[in-house]
Amino acid sequence: MSNASPFLLHPTESKDTRSGFGVGLYEVGQNNDRVVGLCADLTGSLKMNAFRDAFPDRFFQVGIAEANMMGLAAGMTIGGKIPFTGTFANFSTGRVYDQIRQSIAYSDKNVKICASHAGLTLGEDGATHQILEDIGLMKMLPNMTVVVPADYEQTRQATHAIAGHHGPVYLRFGRPKVPVFIKPETPFELGKIQRLMSGENVTLVACGHMVWEAIQAAQILAKDGIQADVLNVHTIKPFDAESLIESVRRTGAVVVAEEHQVLGGLGGTVAQTLAKHHPTRMAHVAVEDQFGESGTPAQLMKKYGLDAESIVIKTRELLA
Amino acid sequence: MNLQELSSLSTQVRRDIVRMVHAVQSGHPGGSLGCTDLLVKLYFDTMNIDPESFDMDGVGEDLFFLSNGHISPVWYSVLARRGYFPVEELATFRKLNSRLQGHPATEEGLPGIRIASGSLGQGLSVALGAAQTKILNEDSAWVYSLHGDGELQEGQIWEAAMYAAHHRIDNILSFVDCNGQQIDGSTENVMSLGNLQAKWEAFGWRVLTANGHDFQDLDRVIVEAHGYRGSGVPCVVLMTTSMGQGVDFMEGTHEWHGIAPSDEQLERALNQLPSTLKDY
Repeated sequence: MSNASPFLLHPTESKDTRSGFGVGLYEVGQNNDRVVGLCADLTGSLKMNAFRDAFPDRFFQVGIAEANMMGLAAGMTIGGKIPFTGTFANFSTGRVYDQIRQSIAYSDKNVKICASHAGLTLGEDGATHQILEDIGLMKMLPNMTVVVPADYEQTRQATHAIAGHHGPVYLRFGRPKVPVFIKPETPFELGKIQRLMSGENVTLVACGHMVWEAIQAAQILAKDGIQADVLNVHTIKPFDAESLIESVRRTGAVVVAEEHQVLGGLGGTVAQTLAKHHPTRMAHVAVEDQFGESGTPAQLMKKYGLDAESIVIKTRELLA
Repeated sequence: MNLQELSSLSTQVRRDIVRMVHAVQSGHPGGSLGCTDLLVKLYFDTMNIDPESFDMDGVGEDLFFLSNGHISPVWYSVLARRGYFPVEELATFRKLNSRLQGHPATEEGLPGIRIASGSLGQGLSVALGAAQTKILNEDSAWVYSLHGDGELQEGQIWEAAMYAAHHRIDNILSFVDCNGQQIDGSTENVMSLGNLQAKWEAFGWRVLTANGHDFQDLDRVIVEAHGYRGSGVPCVVLMTTSMGQGVDFMEGTHEWHGIAPSDEQLERALNQLPSTLKDY
């Protein structure tokens, strides 16, 4: 990784991003007694056990009732609490969209909507649970901040960062163990793109689980002499347009990779930004307007074209 | 506050409501008129509040949440008359650049409003969240909420009801405006609510009843509910009201749920509601 930034590690272990959230929530709970946790019968899946056990008076089991959980969280901010809600991404967004829209976003409440098992990597449970529309749903809401960290450590850092940010936040993470590749000491700044590798031939833009795939793709492309600028967009909204534009001014081409529908996600934000400020050749690695299905995470990511190989192919096509 | 003063306030608030809705030819007079006496009672006689120094957190103060946000006219009039904002501002109701949005909102910073409402069924969850925070903060103040009877058709209400009983939230007093009407007709015809008392009791709540147009009866039920603090059982009041109360041609019908009076109808209404305080 000759062109890698000092932020990258050679991964020696894999961890799930939800565990980064669990550790982060426990830590912010220690630091700030205004932090409260709410969970809709998925405490183990969300890794909220440590918080629950350490702060039982600040943990609220709401049962399988996500709409009520969102309303409760909004109400709990009145009097100064900082509620973190926990359930799967599907039940954190689409199922409760109107509750979030009215009681949290429009009312500008300091609620942190924490969502695990996002995207295809939820795996065998299938399409009912594999939400691929959540980034779009959340980024469309005024007042909402949307954060999609890339690995375990970054999810832990993001949990700290959103606790300190006043306003509604959607934090998206996932189930599978993925490489830990960002150095723990890397600064995490909400709303600021991280450049993980530097190159002059193409800009690879990614979020969440696709950031590691983009780094692998950049290493493959480097063997062909294609040097990629790899940008980790851990904050999709507010979007760091300046860093993106600075990169594409040098590279003149951009490939966006996300575990989300091609409509409405990170790719849409990148396309709108560049269409307005710096029209650029562009390709998208995302789910092409279809539902997922049962399978292992690796099988699904391959079948739906969400892997390093797809990024390499799309990049070569774009530059051809 | 004595009965005469409360009654006088209710008459003025009802007058404000029909004038506000008439002025913009939109809004919801029926439910507003029906809940006038409750809001006057709460804001002028029951709640421990500080209108001059309103803040979002309301620590140490009683809180009120209007879940059926479409009856914003009555809330705005009561808030203004109680001193949260100038009564002249009632003239801006539903107009461009107003703080008095069609449905209550926080975005424009209107004092007295702590959350947006309008999309039905959300306010009980919100009120319970605020009540839960008061318990955590060891704040002995009360949380009040108001809901339409038709609104109980929303499933989220029952999610919230289950939560309150399970978590033993007993610093909340919720009122249901039982006027038996909703937009498309009577609740009986649109979607029967069945035995509401039995439903709330089955969800673990203590159920009280009151006449929503009798200040003494409202006082009685509030005092009784306050006495149950510490029991671990949430309280709901099924409050019988007449939609459109105080304006004879609007009373008891769903027809006036969400339409505005004409000039001539306004005059007829105002003749029944003499100005007791100064008009805005």
